[in-house]
Amino acid sequence: MDLSAINWLLLLASLMVASTPILLAALGELVVEKAGVLNLGVEGMMITGAICGFAIAVETQSPVMGFFAAALGGAVLSLIFGILTQVLLSNQVATGLALTLFGLGLSSLLGQGYIGIKPPLTAKLHIPYLSDIPYLGQILFRHDPLVYFSLILVLVVWLVLKFTRAGLVLRAVGENHDAAHALGFKVVRIRLAAIAFGGACAGLGGAYLSLIRVPQWTEGMTAGAGWIALAIVVFASWKPGRVILGAYLFGGVTVLQLNLQAAGLAIPVEYLSMSPYLITILVLVIMSADRSRAALNAPGCLGRSFHASS
Amino acid sequence: MMKPKPLLAIEDLTKAYPGVVANNRVSFEIEPGEVHALLGENGAGKSTLVKMIYGLVRPDAGRMTLKGEPFEPHEPRAARAAGVAMVFQHFSLFEALNVAENIALGMENAPPQRQLAARITEVSETYGLPLDPDRLVGDLSAGERQRVEIIRCLLQDPQLLIMDEPTSVLTPQEVEILFQTLRKLSAEGTSILYISHKLEEIRALCETATILRGGKVVATCDPRDVSARSLAEMMVGQTLMQPSRARREMGPVRLRIKDLTLAPANPFGTRLKNISLSVQAGEILGIGGVAGNGQDELLSVLSGEVHTKKGAVELNGKPIGDLGPNERRALGLLAAPEERLGHAAAPDMSLTENALLTGWVRKRLSRRGFLNWGKARAFAEEVIADFDVRTPGPANAARALSGGNLQKFVIGREILQAPDVLVVNQPTWGVDASAAAAIRQALLDLAASGAAVICISQDLDELMEISDNFAALNGGNLTPPRPAKGLSVDEIGLMMGGAHDMEAAHVEP
Repeated sequence: MDLSAINWLLLLASLMVASTPILLAALGELVVEKAGVLNLGVEGMMITGAICGFAIAVETQSPVMGFFAAALGGAVLSLIFGILTQVLLSNQVATGLALTLFGLGLSSLLGQGYIGIKPPLTAKLHIPYLSDIPYLGQILFRHDPLVYFSLILVLVVWLVLKFTRAGLVLRAVGENHDAAHALGFKVVRIRLAAIAFGGACAGLGGAYLSLIRVPQWTEGMTAGAGWIALAIVVFASWKPGRVILGAYLFGGVTVLQLNLQAAGLAIPVEYLSMSPYLITILVLVIMSADRSRAALNAPGCLGRSFHASS
Repeated sequence: MMKPKPLLAIEDLTKAYPGVVANNRVSFEIEPGEVHALLGENGAGKSTLVKMIYGLVRPDAGRMTLKGEPFEPHEPRAARAAGVAMVFQHFSLFEALNVAENIALGMENAPPQRQLAARITEVSETYGLPLDPDRLVGDLSAGERQRVEIIRCLLQDPQLLIMDEPTSVLTPQEVEILFQTLRKLSAEGTSILYISHKLEEIRALCETATILRGGKVVATCDPRDVSARSLAEMMVGQTLMQPSRARREMGPVRLRIKDLTLAPANPFGTRLKNISLSVQAGEILGIGGVAGNGQDELLSVLSGEVHTKKGAVELNGKPIGDLGPNERRALGLLAAPEERLGHAAAPDMSLTENALLTGWVRKRLSRRGFLNWGKARAFAEEVIADFDVRTPGPANAARALSGGNLQKFVIGREILQAPDVLVVNQPTWGVDASAAAAIRQALLDLAASGAAVICISQDLDELMEISDNFAALNGGNLTPPRPAKGLSVDEIGLMMGGAHDMEAAHVEP
């Protein structure tokens, strides 16, 4: 094995790119779960976003339009889940799983004409001075705008959840929907909004894969990213800051193992491929090992159907 | 002299749900500054009525007038804006949020957190309800949680304060302090609609009582002029049978707990500290205390859902601390937990299946792993017949029974298994008065037949009625038992932890 074959600078630089799709999807799911809804359809929404974004970007030759379409596609798909679970009171787990299967099938259908095409390139930002810092500039400040958008979004979500009335109401709905209803908050409407936000974020994450990270369309290209995003939300104890940590850890190990594969490490490729999943979950399990504190953060009504019966 | 205009007038209010008319042409009036009681059994329609006033439920017919104006709140926000505030019995606090956040959620225009915290402190001191705005509600006692609700209402300067069963979670001393706060509010001109089924409290506090039965107003009276017994009979609609106790001899010690300390299973649970108790054959030990002071934890230790050191629990002199519920059942220790649906009974299973679930060990309802359905059905029918459970038959789902009927079934199922020791938690919670009397009588009869009974309850009248000895849980500690006969309300209150850190209302501003 030749470790010197690895360009560490490039590796660190690609870390942020590899992490962004999962960060976006996990952040959306965090908001959904904070509202008390468990949407297991993240994978399906991501891949639907991936193809919607890809198709529209190719047709309009505008990556920006592509990302808008991806967010819209993810949100529309998530609202199918929302209407089924919130209005028609179907089981959230089963509906979420069905949404993933539906999304995978739908994206294959939509994507039939787009295999093997190159999407329009998304320009990278060049920030004066910052991007020119040696090493650090290349690692941190020469990425596409969406990388920074995702980080700002984490900050915004954190601020909104912690400091605004809207965030307080959202957490209240997730904590105890009967009490929130008794106080006169529109539980179903708030949850539908959260679900749509989660869908839009997952869609953006998917489009980031197909338009920037890969960039091309292949069937099933999310390859479990939606599931890892779900796991990250739980093990991050529903805290936006820890979601960054989980996503970047996963992205980092993914990039590292790819480089190690290329460098010809004497470990079977399969072990390397599974390592990001194993390491991310292991680290987050250890971090959330304090059961009582983790239970405190879990939204009290997570996954429970709400019906205003009285 | 002309009568002053009522604050709230309700005329012919009607609300029907599929299969039941919850409110049938209900009319009454509340004067400004009046403390008005709404009295009735569970299911009499009290909750539906106040939900209509608070805008949670819309009436099918009828009119409400507030201060002479038509009043049709279509959501709680509208009711709050009109000056109606409500302290709920359940469901209205968020455990994982702090006091200030909880209060902000119930306000229309919540000020920023820091200002709000200052106002909470100010109001809580004026009314003698000390409260720290930064504490997590999950860590508060039941009495403190109620203060959160009351302060949430007071911050909006309500003209009508609705209180739904406010004293069910308080010690007698805390009740007295609450009444002082309410009297002060009433003197300041706030009307109070006080919902309860505790007659003595209503007689001590209220000026007018409207009594509901089966969704209709059956009487309006001044509760101070009427005896508690006749109030109860108006409420129930029949003469009440008093449980009778036969004289009985105490036998050998059946169950003993020695120095039991146990950490809670969930973050908001209570740690049991150094608990010791013993019950003799023929004895009923009443365990009182405000909810959330270790009742559920104590029950799970006794039933075997939580294991302890082997020697910490002894049944008939045999250590059983490490045995599970079925092994304990085989030895003669049975338990009926508080939550009927989901803990004492499986809601969607039939009564026969529910009878099987706890009865198969002692009643031999299975052989070599196969169920004996015939015997199980016969057992369920026996419970239904002996305990007057009103249901079409044992094939009905547990969920379909009313609270009182299901409770009779759950208690009867355990009693008919002839236990040596029976542990019950809140045996008559949410049960109508006649069913409650029947359940208490069954417990007395069981003790008279030589079993030991531990009755955990928050209903002090019930405990005084049936128990021989009384102990109280307070913050996970159990007081030494004292003979129940001759125990005064003040002494009981002190055993339950007194007024905790509450102080009386400062009457002058």
